[in-house]
Amino acid sequence: MQNRPSAQFFSGARAELPILLGVAPFGMIYGILALGAGLSPLAAQAMSAIVFAGSSQFMLVQLAGAGAPGLVMVLTGFVINLRHALYSASIAPHTLGLNPVWKGLLSYLLTDEAYAVGILHYNADSPPANKHWYFFGAGLTLWTGWQISTAVGIFLGAQIPAAWGLDFTLALTFIALVFPVIRDRPTLLAALSAGVTSILASGLPYKLGLVTAALVGILVGMLSERKS
Amino acid sequence: MNIWVVMISLGLLTFLTRLSFIGLFQRWQPPDLVRRALRYVPVAALMAIIVPELLMTDGTLNLNPLNPRLLAGLLAILIAVRTRSVTWTIALGMLAFWLLRWLLGLLGM
Repeated sequence: MQNRPSAQFFSGARAELPILLGVAPFGMIYGILALGAGLSPLAAQAMSAIVFAGSSQFMLVQLAGAGAPGLVMVLTGFVINLRHALYSASIAPHTLGLNPVWKGLLSYLLTDEAYAVGILHYNADSPPANKHWYFFGAGLTLWTGWQISTAVGIFLGAQIPAAWGLDFTLALTFIALVFPVIRDRPTLLAALSAGVTSILASGLPYKLGLVTAALVGILVGMLSERKS
Repeated sequence: MNIWVVMISLGLLTFLTRLSFIGLFQRWQPPDLVRRALRYVPVAALMAIIVPELLMTDGTLNLNPLNPRLLAGLLAILIAVRTRSVTWTIALGMLAFWLLRWLLGLLGM
């Protein structure tokens, strides 16, 4: 009975809930920054629904505020979001039998936070039936939290001072997702090398440092695996 | 370029990026090499976001040991490893961040 769609959906939603604690403040800060950069409330909210990728939305409103050309904004956002292709490759073996509607829906919901929760469940030793409902539950929970927190940020606006540093919750959320899964030497080395590369490559244009660091981390993880 | 054109273009590109492998394969089972590589995706991609958040201030490296983001981040890492709890890591990490900034502010640092 544990594999019923509804049971899967709700356990996915439940697994995602604690993550909203870190995502909601970040969404609020995004909403505030977007207005500050001159976006209308409608445009600020629409971006959360259309782009639905926090880090790139942050970068986009910063670039908009600085008056960057549109092409630079699209290109930079695209490069920041390239890591989602890695998530897609990672989820793909688990979504083979699904129809195009499901594939489209799950792809739309494929964020860092939903992926991190979903892939743990996909890789767990439980029966594979209906696991896409779990991912859907996690993804929809995150989506709802992101839309509402954006709206709250737009609504409250400047009542939340930037000095509170609420954007720090993004780093904390990712720390909470990453460190518990570092369990062996190759994973640790992948994490360390990705971290070091992200600093060394931070000067690369269009935020290419991010995807470079991710690829270096993957490579180092694989190489250290072979030696051990 | 209009902001709407920017967000719709980026939204479309982001969706296609996310759809890429999920949409392409009907009965693909990744070869062993790829399967091994994919194991490191979550850790490597998220670390590439975390570390600059802790170590960079306004685009420059900030290795000052009194950098509150670095200190609170390190504490959050310890909490994440010990408790494996998302809630505790975020809540205590944020609390530590605020306390540290307040203390360093009092000390005039």
